[in-house]
Amino acid sequence: MGEVIVVTSGKGGVGKTTSTANIGTGLAKLGMKVVLIDTDIGLRNLDVVMGLENRIVYNLVDVIEGNCKINQAFIKVKGYENFYLLPSAQTRDKTSVTPEQMKELTDRLKESFDFVLIDCPAGIEQGFKNAIAGATRALVVTTPEVSAVRDADRIIGLLEANEIRKTQLIVNRLRVDMVKRGDMLSCDDVLEILSIGLIGVVPDDENIIISTNNGEPLVGDNSMAGKAYMNICHRILGEEVPYLDLNKKEGFFSKLFKK
Amino acid sequence: MALADFFKKKQSSSVAKDRLKFVLASDRAGCSPEVMEKIKNDIIAVISKYIEIDMDGLDINISQNPDSEIGSDGPVLFANIPIKDMRSKK
Repeated sequence: MGEVIVVTSGKGGVGKTTSTANIGTGLAKLGMKVVLIDTDIGLRNLDVVMGLENRIVYNLVDVIEGNCKINQAFIKVKGYENFYLLPSAQTRDKTSVTPEQMKELTDRLKESFDFVLIDCPAGIEQGFKNAIAGATRALVVTTPEVSAVRDADRIIGLLEANEIRKTQLIVNRLRVDMVKRGDMLSCDDVLEILSIGLIGVVPDDENIIISTNNGEPLVGDNSMAGKAYMNICHRILGEEVPYLDLNKKEGFFSKLFKK
Repeated sequence: MALADFFKKKQSSSVAKDRLKFVLASDRAGCSPEVMEKIKNDIIAVISKYIEIDMDGLDINISQNPDSEIGSDGPVLFANIPIKDMRSKK
């Protein structure tokens, strides 16, 4: 029996879709059977981040409405034995799916996959309710900014209210240089404010933009973000992985200012 | 001089942290600034019935419990209400 994990944040633009794509790909690289579900109906993006946008025939709403079989809507990710994307519908809206239908779907999928990873839309309305309906675990993505942290706090409360107990935080786009200067909340600051467990810190890394341009998740490559995402995947599997030394990349200056 | 300025200036990250702590405390308590204002006025009204309070030094806020001595580590309503010194008034 697999695990249904929702990737959520409240605020938009903090890296939910990028995180879903990278964590899903990372887990698949580690040999897991993975399916990604984009629940952002009307504003789908997981397909482009994964580089699969040209291969969509059917979508989530088609599956829910019974217009196709679930296997027909799956897009197989090349190079993996058991890694699929179930894309969202672009021309429909959030009300096309109910939380009950989503739960039914994810309950069915977790029987044949190790991980069902759900990319949640921004906001706390119907789309959010759909995304969390069948989830037993949540990864809350935030950036070290007041607006994102505030929204993350709200989301953590809502997840608790919906009895999702296994909730962990991804601090995304951390800039070590700014933290050192005292101009950015540190990872510890964010954890202290939200009082929640951490599963990973992803540094701000331009390689993310390059990888999104190419439609190829960078997880597992040599970039800082690629390593950080791979570490998150290992931690999801229950392994203990030390946190990256995010200072490394600065080289000369970090040596100069090291305490 | 520039260096002294640098140390004097409060770092923006700690400003962010303080602001977040306050806003989250009221978010978590489900208490909007308007409700807070009403609570404040009611407290003032009740206490003013018995003693004279110094309105200028008044501070009523919801914040995260700073120390666990007071009980839970959830949000606390913190009220600092200075009382006017009757002796010096006369």
